[in-house]
Amino acid sequence: MISHAFLQDYWWLIISLLAGLLVFLLFVQGGQSFIFSLPRNDMQRKMVVNSLGRKWEFTFTTLVTFGGAFFASFPLFYATSFGGAYWVWMAILFSFIIQAVAYEYRSKPANVYGPRLFDTFLFINGSLGPFLLGVAVATFFTGSDFTLDLFNRVTWGSGWHGLEALLNPVNLLLGLAVLFLARVLGLMYLENSIDDDALNASIRKALVRNAVPFLVFFLAFVGAILLGNGYRADAVTGEVTMVKHHYLDNLLGNIFTLVLFLGGVVLVLVSLWLAIFKGSRRAIWLAGFGTVPVVMALFFLAGYGETAFYPSSSDLNSSLTLAKASSSQFTLKTMMYVSFIIPFVVAYIWYAWSSINRSRITTEEMAGDGHAY
Amino acid sequence: MIENIDLSLVNWSRGQFALTAIYHWLFVPLTLGLSFILAFMETIYVRTGDETWKKITKFWMTLFGINFAIGVATGIILEFEFGTNWSNYSWFVGDIFGAPLAVEGILAFFLESTFVAVMFFGWNKVSKKFHLASTWLVAIGANLSALWILVANAWMENPVGMVFNPDTARNEMNSFREVVFNPVAVDKFFHTVTSGFVLASVFVIGISSWFLIRKREEMLARKSIFIAGIFGLVSALALALTGDTSARTIAKVQPVKFAAMEALYEGSDDAGLTVIGALTDSGERIGEKKVHDIKMKIEIPGLLSVMTTGQQGGYVPGIKDLINGNPERGIISVSEMMERGRYARQVLTDYKVAKELGDTDSMASLAAKFEDRDFNDNYFKYFGYSYFEHPWQVIPSVPVTFYAFRVMVGLGFFFILLFVMAIWFHRRETLEKNRWFLWLALFSIPLAYLASELGWIVTEMGRQPWIIQNLMPVHVAVSNISAGAVQTTFWLFAVLFTALLIAEVSIMVRQIRIGPKH
Ligand code: HDD
Ligand code: HEM
Ligand code: HEM
Repeated sequence: MISHAFLQDYWWLIISLLAGLLVFLLFVQGGQSFIFSLPRNDMQRKMVVNSLGRKWEFTFTTLVTFGGAFFASFPLFYATSFGGAYWVWMAILFSFIIQAVAYEYRSKPANVYGPRLFDTFLFINGSLGPFLLGVAVATFFTGSDFTLDLFNRVTWGSGWHGLEALLNPVNLLLGLAVLFLARVLGLMYLENSIDDDALNASIRKALVRNAVPFLVFFLAFVGAILLGNGYRADAVTGEVTMVKHHYLDNLLGNIFTLVLFLGGVVLVLVSLWLAIFKGSRRAIWLAGFGTVPVVMALFFLAGYGETAFYPSSSDLNSSLTLAKASSSQFTLKTMMYVSFIIPFVVAYIWYAWSSINRSRITTEEMAGDGHAY
Repeated sequence: MIENIDLSLVNWSRGQFALTAIYHWLFVPLTLGLSFILAFMETIYVRTGDETWKKITKFWMTLFGINFAIGVATGIILEFEFGTNWSNYSWFVGDIFGAPLAVEGILAFFLESTFVAVMFFGWNKVSKKFHLASTWLVAIGANLSALWILVANAWMENPVGMVFNPDTARNEMNSFREVVFNPVAVDKFFHTVTSGFVLASVFVIGISSWFLIRKREEMLARKSIFIAGIFGLVSALALALTGDTSARTIAKVQPVKFAAMEALYEGSDDAGLTVIGALTDSGERIGEKKVHDIKMKIEIPGLLSVMTTGQQGGYVPGIKDLINGNPERGIISVSEMMERGRYARQVLTDYKVAKELGDTDSMASLAAKFEDRDFNDNYFKYFGYSYFEHPWQVIPSVPVTFYAFRVMVGLGFFFILLFVMAIWFHRRETLEKNRWFLWLALFSIPLAYLASELGWIVTEMGRQPWIIQNLMPVHVAVSNISAGAVQTTFWLFAVLFTALLIAEVSIMVRQIRIGPKH
C-alpha cells in the first residue's frame, strides 16, 4: 500500500513540474508583450505572431491541465484560492480568454474590430498574464488574508478578493520577475524560430534590456523569502507558526531542492550569456531546461518539509498544508496511474513540435498561401 | 452553515454558469462532428489522390479553425468557475469530480491541441500519412474531451463510486470504474457526441446548399452533402436511440426530472406519451409551485409506461407522488426524506463535537454508523434533503423542462428526415431542382443549435435545485463572495462573449462567401 503522505508528495511534485513547464511555456506570452515594440513593419509583426501562434495552445493547455490537476489532487486549495482571491483569478482568466481568439481572428477579413484590437488582446495577455500568475504564486510564500470554518468554507478578509496581493512588494517582485523572464524567453524563442536579419538584430538588443530587470527582480524575491519569515507547519500537531529563515532552512535541508535550484539558476545564467555575448540562437533550450527546475525548486520550498504551502496571514491555523488540502488516498493513487501517461504526452508533443518546426519562419513562407495568422 | 445564504448571490452564480456554459456549447458540438467529417474527407483524398478532396477538406478546415479558437476561449473559464463560483462544491467533491477534469487535460486536451497545430500548419511539412493521422487524432482528442467532462457531469446527476468520510465531512471516491461506467455517463457520452455529429452534418449540408442556391462550388457542395448526409443519418438514428436510453435511465435515477419533462403530476400504470401539448395554470398549488394542466394534447395512450418500464402497465410516478409520497408504491415523501436527512446531519454534527472534545468513545460509536448499511441506505442517503425547508423546493421548473424536451425530440426526428432527403436528392441528382430543400437545409442550421442547447436546458434545469442529485443543493455550493462581484463578472462575460461571437459569425460568413481557395 502506498502511503497517503507519499502520494501527497508525489502530487506536489507533479504540480511543481506542471508549474515549471507552464512558466517555460510563458515564452509565448513574453513574445506577445513585444508585439507593439519589436517589429518595425507589418511583415515583421506577422512573422512574430505566426511563430508564437504555433505554440500558444501548449501554454494554454498546460494552464488548463495545471488547474485540473490541482483540483483533483488538492481540492481544498482550489476551493480556497479560486473562491477567495476571486478577482486575481478572474483577471488572469480574462487575459487568457482574449488570447485564444486573437491569433485566429486578427488577420481574417471581416473580423469586425480590426487587427489592432486583437493585437492589443495579445499584448494584454502577454503582459498581464505572466505578471499576475507570478503575483498569485508569490502568495504561497507571503500568505493571504483568509479563514476557514469548521466545514472548510473560506471567508476572505479583504473586500478586494485577491487584488490586495498587489500591495505586497514581495508579491510584486515575483510578478515582475516572471514577466521579465517570460519576455527574455520570448525573445530567445523568436531568435530561434525566425529568419530575418533586421528582426534578429532588434531581438538581440532587447535581450539585454530585459535580462537585467529579470535578474534584479528574481534575486530580490529569492532574497526576500529566504531571509524573511516562513510558515512552518508542525509535522505532528499541524500547528502553523512563523519561523525566521524557514524557506532558507527548507532549501539547505533538502539536497534535491538545492540541486534543482542552483543547477537551474546556472543553466539560465549560461543561456543568457550565450544569447547575449555569443549570439547563440539556441539559448531558448538551455533557458528552458533551467527554468523548469528553478520553478520546481520554488514550489518545493513552499510545499515540502513541514511547510504550509498556502498560508493564511490572518489566521495561521487556517493555512493549507499538503496533508490538509489533499484528496483521499484512493483518488491520489488512481490519479498517479494516470500521471504515468505524462511522459508519453510529452514525447508526442515533442515529435509534433519538431515536425512542424524543421525550418525557420521566413518572409517567403508568410507570403505563401498556407494557414497563417 | 447556510443560515445566511444570499439568494441573489446564488442566482447570479447560476446565471453566470448558465451563460458561460451556453456560450461554450455554441462551439463545442461543431468541433465534435466537423473534426470527424474532416477526417473522412481527408481519408478519401489520401486514398484517391484526388486534389478536389484536398480542396474540400481545406475549406471546411478553415471554418473548423474559426470555431475551434472560440471554443477553447470559452472553455477555460468553465473549468475555473467551479473554484471561483462554486468553491464549497469544489471542496466537497474535488476528490471525485476533479479527477475526470485532470484526466481530460492530460489525456484529451493535449492530444487535440498538439495535433491541431500539425493539421493546420503541417500540410507541406509532414508526410501525407502523418497529416491524415493528425486529423484523425484531433477528432479523437476532441471527442475524448467530451468523454471526461461528461463523466464529471454524469456524476453530478447520479453520484456513484464513493463513500462518505465523516472525518473530512465529504465524499471520497472508492471506485474510479463506477464513476467512469456510471450508466448516466455512458448514455450521456453517446447521446452528446452523436448530437455533435448531427449538428455538424446539418451545418455542412446547410452551407453546401447555400452554394448550390448561389450556383457556386457545385462539386464541393454535392460531395460534402453526400458525406454529411450519410454521417448525419447514421448519427441521427444513434442519437434517437441514445436519447431514448437516456430518458429511461433518468426515470430511474432522477424521477422528479423525468416527471417534469413529461409534466406528469399524477402517477399512473397506464401513462400516455404526450407528443404535443400546451401547459396552462390549473390553479392548484404544491406549496408555492404551480400545477400545470396539459391542453391541446396529442397523446399516445399507454406508451410512456411501456417506454419507461419496458412493460405494459408499468407504473410511472408523478410529481405529486414523488413529493407527497405514495406508500402503496413504496415512495416515501420528501418531508420524510428531510427528517431522515436531518437525523443524518445531527449524527455528523455529534461526531464533529465529539472529535473536538476528544471523546473517543462517542466518536467510535458514531463513526460506526457511517459504516452501517441501514444508516447509509435509509438516512445518510437523504443528507442533501436536510438543507430544505419545504418539500416543494425540490420541484424544478416544469414548463422549461417540458417544452425544451419536446422541441429537442421533435427536431431529432426532423433531422432524420432531413438527412434522408439529402441522400435521396443527391442520389437522384436532383438537389438543384429542389430549391425548397436547399433553403430548408440552410435554415435548419440554427435549429440544430437550438436542439442542442435545449438538451442541456433539460438536463441542467431539470435537476434543479440539486447541484449533486440528492446530496448537495445549489445554494449550499456557492462561493462566499458578494453578489455584486458575481454580477460584475456576469456582465463582463456577457459583453465579451457576445462581442467575440459577433466577430466569429462575421468571420465565418465571410470565409464561406470567399469559398475554397483555387
Ligand atoms: C442536436 C441535438 C439533439 C437532438 C436532435 C436530440 N438531443 Fe437529446 N440532448 C442533446 C442534444 C440533442 C444534448 C445537448 O447533447 C444533451 C444535453 C445533455 C446530454 O446528455 O445531451 C441532450 C439531453 C437529452 C436528455 C436528458 C439527459 C440528462 O438529463 O442527462 C434526454 C432524455 C434526451 N436528450 C433525449 C432525446 C431524444 C429522445 C431525442 C430524439 C431524437 C433527442 N434527445 C434529440
Ligand atoms: C456545455 C453544455 C452545458 C450547458 C449548455 C449547461 C447549461 C447550464 C445551465 C442552463 C445551468 C443553470 C441551471 C440553473 O441554475 O437553473 C447550468 C448550471 C450548472 N452546470 Fe451546466 N451546462 C452544460 C454542461 C455542464 C457540464 C459538463 C457540467 C459539469 C461537468 C456542468 C455543471 C454545472 C454546474 C456546476 C452548474 C451550476 C449549479 C447548478 O445550477 O446546478 N454543466 N448549466
Ligand atoms: C461545464 C463544463 C465544461 C468545462 C469545465 C469545460 C472545459 C473546457 C476547457 C478548459 C477547454 C479548453 C481546452 C484547451 O485548452 O484546449 C474546453 C474545450 C473543449 N471542450 Fe469543454 N468544458 C465543459 C463542457 C464541455 C462539454 C459538455 C463538452 C462536450 C460534450 C466539451 C467539449 C470540449 C471540446 C471538444 C473542446 C475543444 C475546443 C472546442 O472545440 O470548442 N466541453 N473545455
